[in-house]
Amino acid sequence: MDNYIIEMLNITKEFPGIIANDDITLKLKKGEIHALLGENGAGKSTLMSVLFGLYQAEKGTIKMEGKEVKINNPNDANALGIGMVHQHFKLVEVFSVLENIILGVEPNKMGFLQENDARDKVVFLSEKYGLKVNPDALIEDISVGMQQRVEILKMLYRDNDILIFDEPTAVLTPQEIKELLKIMKDLANEGKSILFITHKLNEIMEVSDRCTVLRKGKYIGTVEVKDTTKEELSRMMVGRDITFSVDKEEAKPTDVVLSINNMTVASKIHKNNAVRGISFDVKAGEIVCLAGIDGNGQTEFVHALTGLEKMVSGSISLCGKDISNASIRQRSVGGMSHIPEDRHKHGLVLDYSLEENLVLQRYWQKEFQNRGFIKFDEVRNYAEDLIEKFDIRSGQGPETIVRSMSGGNQQKAIIAREIDKEHELLVAVQPTRGLDVGAIEYIHKQLVERRDAGKAVLLISLELDEVMNVSDRILVIYEGEIVGELNPKDTNVQELGLYMSGAKRNTSKEIKNEG
Amino acid sequence: MKDKKGASSKTKFDIKKITQLQGYSSFTSALMAIVLGLIFGFLVMLFANPGSALAGFRFVVLGGLSRIGDVFYFATPILMTGLAVGFAFKMGLFNIGASGQYTMGLFFALFVAFTWELPPGIHWMAAILAGMLGGMIWGFIPGFFKAFLNVNEVITSIMFNYIGMYLVDMWVQTNAEMYVSSTTRTRYVPMNAQIPSLGIAGSNVNFGIVIGIIVAVILYIVLQKTTFGYELKATGFNKFASEYAGMKGKKNIILAMVISGGLAGLGGAFLILAPSGIAGSSMTYEPINIIAANGFNGIAVSLLGNSHPLGIIFSAVFISHIQRGGTLASLVGYKPEIIDVVIAVIIYFSAFAMIMKSSVTTFIKSKLGKEKDKEKNNLAKEAE
Repeated sequence: MDNYIIEMLNITKEFPGIIANDDITLKLKKGEIHALLGENGAGKSTLMSVLFGLYQAEKGTIKMEGKEVKINNPNDANALGIGMVHQHFKLVEVFSVLENIILGVEPNKMGFLQENDARDKVVFLSEKYGLKVNPDALIEDISVGMQQRVEILKMLYRDNDILIFDEPTAVLTPQEIKELLKIMKDLANEGKSILFITHKLNEIMEVSDRCTVLRKGKYIGTVEVKDTTKEELSRMMVGRDITFSVDKEEAKPTDVVLSINNMTVASKIHKNNAVRGISFDVKAGEIVCLAGIDGNGQTEFVHALTGLEKMVSGSISLCGKDISNASIRQRSVGGMSHIPEDRHKHGLVLDYSLEENLVLQRYWQKEFQNRGFIKFDEVRNYAEDLIEKFDIRSGQGPETIVRSMSGGNQQKAIIAREIDKEHELLVAVQPTRGLDVGAIEYIHKQLVERRDAGKAVLLISLELDEVMNVSDRILVIYEGEIVGELNPKDTNVQELGLYMSGAKRNTSKEIKNEG
Repeated sequence: MKDKKGASSKTKFDIKKITQLQGYSSFTSALMAIVLGLIFGFLVMLFANPGSALAGFRFVVLGGLSRIGDVFYFATPILMTGLAVGFAFKMGLFNIGASGQYTMGLFFALFVAFTWELPPGIHWMAAILAGMLGGMIWGFIPGFFKAFLNVNEVITSIMFNYIGMYLVDMWVQTNAEMYVSSTTRTRYVPMNAQIPSLGIAGSNVNFGIVIGIIVAVILYIVLQKTTFGYELKATGFNKFASEYAGMKGKKNIILAMVISGGLAGLGGAFLILAPSGIAGSSMTYEPINIIAANGFNGIAVSLLGNSHPLGIIFSAVFISHIQRGGTLASLVGYKPEIIDVVIAVIIYFSAFAMIMKSSVTTFIKSKLGKEKDKEKNNLAKEAE
C-alpha cells in the first residue's frame, strides 16, 4: 500500500446554490508535490479550506496517516502539521520579518520574548532551504517574492510537514517563480509533502509528481505528471480542447486612434521619472502590446494615459483630439475603455452588487438616469443582458455582491463593462492575471474580436506567451523607455527577453524607421 | 480567492431574504446593545446609590414617556447632527465637526431672527434656512481642505469646532440686539421667528422635528435612488474605483461636507428657534465657551442608527428619551453627574450595536443555514 500522509475521502461541501465540492477524493503521498488543478471556481480553494479547517465539509472524512482526524479550525490544522500559504498573504505590514514569523508562537520566558532563539531558528531554516530573507526588514518594505518566502518560513518555523500553496505564483515575476519552484522541490526532497494549487500548466509539468484535476466541483481524476501532457491536463480541466495559440488573421490597421508624444511621468517611489519620453501610435484594427518586466514604468504610464495621474510633460491625443489634460470621465466618453491592472483596487466596488458595478462607467448616462434618479429597472435589464452575453457566473445574478464572486468572473464583469461601453481604444492592463486557461482563452478572444471590430487595443502584459500570441506589434518598455519595437512573427521569446531585461535595444532612430 | 468574508456574504438563500435578514439583524442587534447598555446603567446606579436605584432606573427607562413632547424636542437637534455624521460617514468621511457647524447654524438663525424684518410665516423659515447656510459654510471649509490640500477632515473639523464656538460667543456678546449682558443670555427670539409649536402642553416641541424627519426621508431617497447617492456610497466603499470611474471625488467630498454641515446647522436652528411652553418666551443661548454637546451626541446617534437615515430617526428619539428620563432621576437623589455617567454608559454600549450586528448576523445565519442543510439532506435521502 502507498504511504499516504493525508487522505481526503469523498468530501462534499455545499454553498447555497452551488456544490463547491462534490464527492472529491484527494490522496497526498509523503514527500510528493501534488498539484491541484482546476479553473477558477472549480472548488480548489474550497477543498483546501476544508483541509485547513476554514470550512467544515458536509460529507466525507479526512485521514492522516490512516487515522481519521477532525479539523475544525486552522489551529487544529496547525497542530496536525498542516500549513498554508494563502494567495493573499496574511502578514502584518508594519512588523519585521522575524516578528511575523513568530507571530502566535512567540518563544518566551515568563512573558519576555526570546527573540534570539527565534532568530537562530529562522536563520537556520532560511539557509537550509535557500529562503533568502532579512529577518529585520519590515514587511511593507520588501518585495512580494520575499513576503512569500516569509510565509513559507512561517510554516517551516511551525514544523509543518504538509504545506499548502494556494496559487503561489500568481503574484510573482518569472524570476521569482523559478526560485519558488526550486524551493518547493527542495522542500519535497526534505520529506515535506506539498499541495500546490495552480492553473498554470507549465509549472505543474515542471515540479509536480502527481496532479488531481477538478472541474465545476467534481473530481475528474488524478494522473502521474510524467505520463501526461499539457494538452491532456487542460482537456481534463476545461472539458474540451484548448488552443494555446490565439486564432487570428493578419491585422489590418487603419487610422491612428491613440497618439502618444514624448510622455514623461514622475515616479511616486523615487525621484527620477518612471516614464521617460515615450512616443508611439496605436491604430484602429491592431493590438499593440507594451511588454516589459514589472516595475519598468508600465503602471505609471497607464495611470497617465487614463488620467489617474498627471504627466510631467508630453501629450496624448485620442481620435485626433488632444486629451493631455482631460479628466478621466472626458477620456472615457472620448472613447477610452480601461481594464485596470488591479481589479480590486480600481476596477470594482467590491461591496456593490454586480449590477451596480456593471454600470460603474455609465450610471450617469441618459439611459440609466432621469434627473439624477437612477432607473433601477433599466440597470437590471442591462445587467441581465451583459451577464448572459458575457457568461458572468455568480450566486445571485445581478444582485450578487461582487466581493463574493470568483476572480475570473469579477474580471469578466469588468471586461463586459468596458467592452460594451462605446469605445475606440481598449487599454487592457494584465487582463489575464491570476486567471485560468479557460478564462485566458476567453479574454484573448475578446481582445482579438475588439481588434477585428475596428477598435484599437493597447495591451500591457508581463506574460511572454501572451505578448507573443496576442499582439500584432510589440513595444518593449525598459526603465521607462521604449527600447524596441518588434513584430511577433519575426522574433522569439529569447530575443524579447533580452529586450525586456535591457540587454538589447534598438535606438530611437531605428524605431522610427521601422514604425 | 474565497476569503472568509466572501464566503459569508455568499451564504444562504435568495437575495430578498438576505436583505430582510440584514435589516432584521441590525434592528435586533441595536436592541440587544440597548438592553446591555441599560443593564450596565442600572449597575452604575446601584453602585452610586443602592437604595433608590430601582426608582431611579424606572425614571431613566420610563420617565421620558411622561414628557413625550420634550423627548421629541430634544431629539430634534441630535437627529440633525446624527444625520450630519451619518451622511458624511457614508462617503467615508468622519465629520467630527458637527458641533461647530451646529453652533454656526444656531448663530446664523439667531442673526436672521433678530436683525431681519420679515413677514410672519416667512421669518422663521428664513431663519431656519440661514441656520442651514451657517452650517454649510462651516462644513465647506474642512471639505475644501480635505479635497484640495488632503488635510484630514477630523483635524480640521475639530479645530473648527473651537473656532466656530469662540466666534459665535464673541458675535453674540457684541450684538446688543440679541444679547442681554445682565442675564448673560440671548433675548427671547421674536415671535415671528419662532418655529410653530406642535402644541403639546409643557414642552418646546415644534415643527422642527417634522422637518427633521422629512429631511431624513429625503436623505434616504438621495442615498438609495440617485446618481449622487450612488457616487457617494461608491466613494465611501472604494475611493480608487470611484476615481477610476471618473467620479469627481473632490467635488463630492466638498458636497458631502457641505450637506453634512447644513444638516448640523439645521439642528442648531431647530434648537434655538423653538418656542417655549410659556407663551411669549423661547429658548435662549448662553455664550459660555463650551462646545455644544449635541454635536458629539450626533456621533452616538449615528452609530446606533448604523448611519442609516431612517435608523437615525429612531436612535435620536431613543437617546433623547433616555436623557429626559435621566434628568428625572434627580428626583430620587441622583446627582446630575451620575445621571450623565449612566446615559454615557447606555450610549457607549449602544455604539456596540455595530459589533453586535455582525455577530448576531453570523449567529442567525449559521442557525438557519444548519436547518436548511438538514432539510436538504432529508430531501436528498427521500429522493434516494
